[in-house]
Amino acid sequence: MTEQAHAAVPYRTFVIVWALLLVLTATTVAVSRIHLGPLNIWVALGIASLKSALVIFFFMHLKYERLLFKLFLLGALITLAIFVGLTFFDVLYR
Amino acid sequence: MSEAGHATVHKDYTGAKLGMWLFLFTEIILFGGMFLLYAVYLARYPKEFAAAGAELDIVLGTANTVILLTGSLLVAVSVSAVRRGSRKLAQWMLWGGVLSGALFLFNKYLEWSTEIRHGIYPNSPVLLQKEQGEIIFFGLYYITLGLHGLHVFIGAVLLAVMAVWVATGAVNRDDFVKLENSGLYWHLVDLIWIFIFPLYYLLL
Repeated sequence: MTEQAHAAVPYRTFVIVWALLLVLTATTVAVSRIHLGPLNIWVALGIASLKSALVIFFFMHLKYERLLFKLFLLGALITLAIFVGLTFFDVLYR
Repeated sequence: MSEAGHATVHKDYTGAKLGMWLFLFTEIILFGGMFLLYAVYLARYPKEFAAAGAELDIVLGTANTVILLTGSLLVAVSVSAVRRGSRKLAQWMLWGGVLSGALFLFNKYLEWSTEIRHGIYPNSPVLLQKEQGEIIFFGLYYITLGLHGLHVFIGAVLLAVMAVWVATGAVNRDDFVKLENSGLYWHLVDLIWIFIFPLYYLLL
C-alpha cells in the first residue's frame, strides 16, 4: 500500500554538509574582499551554486529521489536560464 | 465499502512530494524574475550598485546566512528523527528551525530600521537624491528581501505547525510527507538567501 521511502539520512551527513556550507560562506565573504574586477561576480555566483547544490541534493533530499524529480528540477533551471539568456541577448546589444 | 467510523484514506507519497517540488519551481521563477532584474541593472550600473551595496551591514548579512543554514540543518535532522521515531528530537529540531527564522527576522528588523532611519527607503527624499543606479538597487533590495522575509515568516509558521503535529502524532514515521514538504519550503527560503547574500551584501 504505502510506497517505501529510502532509509532515513544519517544525522552525520547533514552535519558534514552544514560544515561545508559554513566553509563556503566564509570563502565567499573572504574572496569578495579581494578586487578581481568582473571575476568577482562570477566567483560569487559559482560558490553560491555550489552551496545550492549541497542544499538541494542533501537537505532537500534530491540525491535520494527518483530520476523524475531530478529531471523536473533540470527543466525548471533550464527554463530560468532561457529567461536570463534571452533577456541578455537583448539588453547587451542595445 | 468503509467500515463504521474508519475510512481508507488514499495516500500518494510520491505525488505529494512531486507536487511540492512543482510549487517550489513557481517560487524559483518568481524570485528568478527579481534576480533577472538585478542582473540587467547590475550590468547597466555596476559602480552605483557597488556603492549602494556598501551601505548594507555585512556583519548582519553574514550572521543571517549562518542562521538560515543552521535552521536548514535542524529541519533536515527533524525529518530523519521522525522517520526513526525520535519524536522529542524532531520537535526540538523544528522549534530550533522556528527560532532561526525568528532570529533572521529580528536581524532584518535591525537592518531595515537603521536604513530607514538614515532616510533610505523607497521614494524617500534622501534616496531620490542619489544616482539612478543606487535608487534602482534599493528598490530591488526592499522588494526582493521583503518578499524573502515574508517567506521566512511563512516557513517559520509551517515549521511550528509541524512541531505541534509531531507532538500530536499527525506527523509520524509512517506518514511524514507533510513534514518533508514543509522542510522543502524552508530549504528553498535558505536557497534564495544563498544568492541574495553575495549579490546584495558583497559587491565590491
